[in-house]
Amino acid sequence: MLNVLWRLGAFSLGAFAKLGRANLFLLQALAGSAEIIVRPGLLIRQLYMVGVLSILLISLSGFFVGMVLGLQGYNVLSDFGAEESLGVMVAASLVRELGPVVTALLFSGRAGSALTAEIGLMKATEQLSGMEMMAVDPMRRIITPRLYAGILAMPLLSALFTYIGIQGGYLVGVPLLGVDEGSFWSQMQATIDFREDIVNGVIKSMVFGVIVTWIAVFEGYDCVPTSEGVSRATTHSVVYSAFAVLGSDFVLTALMFGE
Amino acid sequence: MNSSTDTLVQIRGLVFDRGRRRIFDGVDMDIRRGSVTAIMGPSGTGKTTLLKLIGGQLKPGKGEILVDGEPVHRLSRRRLYLLRKRIGMLFQTGALLTDLDVFENVAYPLREHTGLPESMIRTLVLMKLEAVGLRGARRLMPAELSGGMARRVALARAIALDPMMILYDEPFTGQDPISMGVLVKLIRTLNDALGLTSIVVSHDVQETASISDYIYVISEGKIVGEGTPDQLRQTNSPWVRQFMDGLPDGPVPFHYPAPDYRKDLLRC
Repeated sequence: MLNVLWRLGAFSLGAFAKLGRANLFLLQALAGSAEIIVRPGLLIRQLYMVGVLSILLISLSGFFVGMVLGLQGYNVLSDFGAEESLGVMVAASLVRELGPVVTALLFSGRAGSALTAEIGLMKATEQLSGMEMMAVDPMRRIITPRLYAGILAMPLLSALFTYIGIQGGYLVGVPLLGVDEGSFWSQMQATIDFREDIVNGVIKSMVFGVIVTWIAVFEGYDCVPTSEGVSRATTHSVVYSAFAVLGSDFVLTALMFGE
Repeated sequence: MNSSTDTLVQIRGLVFDRGRRRIFDGVDMDIRRGSVTAIMGPSGTGKTTLLKLIGGQLKPGKGEILVDGEPVHRLSRRRLYLLRKRIGMLFQTGALLTDLDVFENVAYPLREHTGLPESMIRTLVLMKLEAVGLRGARRLMPAELSGGMARRVALARAIALDPMMILYDEPFTGQDPISMGVLVKLIRTLNDALGLTSIVVSHDVQETASISDYIYVISEGKIVGEGTPDQLRQTNSPWVRQFMDGLPDGPVPFHYPAPDYRKDLLRC
């Protein structure tokens, strides 16, 4: 019994200590924000690494998700004779939920894991210590540009995912299943609200961008500098990101759309 | 060795703990300017930790570490970085930036800390690479280098800003005889030619002793022997004898503490 209590206490203390380190880490990274203005090349390179290189994955995934939404939506709506509302259903699902959430999950799997592994390996091979000894702050040179790149790339990727998803839904709904094209677009235009839907979707994707990138760079920086430690940190990065994105999505949805 | 203005690094009463384990317990040390000083001892005795303490990457629990008269553990971040610009460090792995080629790795500190024009950076980098014999390898990536070449590139990078001191962390580990010979020669030659002060952490006794002016032997958190290489070779200290002669048994036992062998075997 005492042993169980001891383990519980040790686990709780460890978790709080890690949370504290993560918060301090974020503050330190944000303190170096001026660096990306002085050296914009650092940010542009990372935007390419985490953003541009994710475009293919996000586009293809968005297209397939949109097609599935079109198919499933048509099956349900046609039972009620409401297949003309397919455009609204596809767009609302993508703009409010699936766009930001699925993009964040895909982003954490592709770019987040890569960031964790890269920073973890830099730590394991003493590159970060080497920079410190060369009087170069690795927080400003390595972490801050990656953090901002993730935060900026996520809403853009989410918008791309949503746009291509709507095109996928259109392709299945209109040419293949015969939904009226005018109804598809006009109902979507009439129902989707800029502030209520689009702005809230962008806010969600920005919050997810902060969460996923913060977890990714912190896990890499905080990892045990061994091959096993880097591997574990990479797994943690993806798993924690998924939990954090889905958990915070519920909170944000409740705040934005709850009565 | 006496404390004087001749001393570049002065360590007094150093105490450092890692978790519950005491790594250093009241260590005093003086590193003379212009010398090659070796810090030797078995693996796991905290030699690399000592370099990190001197470089300000770790803070001591107690005691003073003065580098060129400045207490590294009490310096502000800005002053610590100013001091580090005058210190080069050669890591065990080389610690080269893997996304930059050899030339850019050596140019890195110059680009970060000087506003020199590109033509001058090129000249300086080629001079540093020539000094370590790798001018012809300037366009290779770190993954294309052997272990010995990577350390030579790291050495060229360490001297890029013309530091006052270089810290070497296990420079000979895992090197073939030729690479080891090259590194041994380079450490001594660069130290004398550039007027540096070198601290070499190593457990390669013969190679390190051949280029050192002074040696500290540490074990279990304390200095167990010190002197010139000749003095240490003639010492009567059983611990230093075991270490210098590489004897398998002695004050450091061959066997890890264990219960009685016979009883252990017969226990079913």
